[in-house]
Amino acid sequence: MNYFADVRALARKDLLLELRARDTLPAMLLFVVATFVVFHFALPAGSSKLAASGLLWVAIVFTALLGLGRAFVPEREQRVFDGLVLAPCDRSAIWLAKSIATFAFLAAAEVVALPVFALFFHGVRPATIAGVALADLGICAVGTFVGAMAVVTRARDLLLPLLFLPLAIPLVIGGVGASVVGHPGGYLGFLALYDVLFALLCWASFEYVVTE
Amino acid sequence: MGRSYRIPLPALAASSLVLVTLALVLVFFVAPNDANQGFSQRIFYFHVSIAFTAYLCFGAGAWKALVHLWKRDPRADLESYVAVHQGVIFGSLVLLTGSIWAKISWGHWWLWSENQLVLFLVLFLFYAAYFMLRFSVDPGPQRANLSAVYALFGIVLVPVSFLAIRLAQQFIHPVVFTRNGPNFGGWMLVAYLVSQVAMLALAYTLYRVELAGKRLDVRLRELREAHA
Amino acid sequence: MTTSETYVTAAYCVVFAVVLAYVLIIALKLQRLERDVEALESRPQREVEDEDEAEREPASVG
Repeated sequence: MNYFADVRALARKDLLLELRARDTLPAMLLFVVATFVVFHFALPAGSSKLAASGLLWVAIVFTALLGLGRAFVPEREQRVFDGLVLAPCDRSAIWLAKSIATFAFLAAAEVVALPVFALFFHGVRPATIAGVALADLGICAVGTFVGAMAVVTRARDLLLPLLFLPLAIPLVIGGVGASVVGHPGGYLGFLALYDVLFALLCWASFEYVVTE
Repeated sequence: MGRSYRIPLPALAASSLVLVTLALVLVFFVAPNDANQGFSQRIFYFHVSIAFTAYLCFGAGAWKALVHLWKRDPRADLESYVAVHQGVIFGSLVLLTGSIWAKISWGHWWLWSENQLVLFLVLFLFYAAYFMLRFSVDPGPQRANLSAVYALFGIVLVPVSFLAIRLAQQFIHPVVFTRNGPNFGGWMLVAYLVSQVAMLALAYTLYRVELAGKRLDVRLRELREAHA
Repeated sequence: MTTSETYVTAAYCVVFAVVLAYVLIIALKLQRLERDVEALESRPQREVEDEDEAEREPASVG
């Protein structure tokens, strides 16, 4: 499949770039651990475990924002975007590849963050892990999309959180629900629904973000 | 696409004035007091019709955005923007009137258990970012595209957020308040329907006025550039 | 008036005030447009005079 070959080549480019430069991932890791320490002191003694579960999701969303803010920096600074748009590949492949790369970074950060959370606060349930995995898909799909929108504006980094957070509210609701409720099935289903809906929308409309 | 017939603006403005007045008369002097909530239920007539109008404005904004992306209709971008602007104005009215209603009914200015209010807060934040996005890009095809795509996201976000907020009730507020459905009939229904039509007419009038102003602005700018 | 009556009246007044504020903003914008049109109207006159003095080629007006 030609399309998937394009996606693979583009995603590989991002992962290789990260492997060589090591710009984003160490920053995300440090950030998420530092956030946990801040949260520990932000929660007064005797706060419920539920509060900590909620804060896990705040940490995830902000760590993702940190990664997403960096996602299109090479494209912007070295004017790769112009080349990519001229290249004979479907424009949505650019979005898909970037989402995959961002997902890889976020997942890598969480592989460290979740055990650290378990160590600092309390254990992590399987439903939480499933929720995190599903929410990551949505975060990366939507986040990459609005990230691409934000880099072409004048405000750039300032705009990304403003565009992203209202769209991330349903993800946070679904994720927190999956972490704290006895029967998380409905919440996990909701997260999956969100992922499918927004991934389709992003895939279909990405072309209009990068072309005139 | 041929130019469809449009109601002249003065006629539109006059009819919305008449409708709003009629709605106010019906709401305050004709409709009976609600059996459960008494007088305070009268906020309902405008609150709900404004909320419906706001949804319709967001929907119209998304529809015009789709027309822009699909048919490249040069007018659609401005129309989409103005419709979203109307939606935000009516959306903030929903927040204000809903907040007042919450204060009367439950003694608090804000209730997280009120699904409609929370949804409108999310939408308000989302569409406020729409304006930030739009004003951060120079006018041109790219701005039109970005705005259109974001407006389309909005219309998907509405049902998704609604579902999410419904789900959130289970762990945020286990006790669900219910507004006992009034015996909706007779003059109450008439008052609501007239209020609804009045709000739609008002929104459409404001939409047309703002659109006319914006179009004039664009034409003036083009003229100035041609003269320079 | 009872408290609920006060609140209901306040709610309707808020709606009215917001719509009024909106109309006011539109009116201010229209005023600015009017000023711009006037500025534009007075400009060609001057340009023509300048051109007569300098004997320049008339600028093409798209």
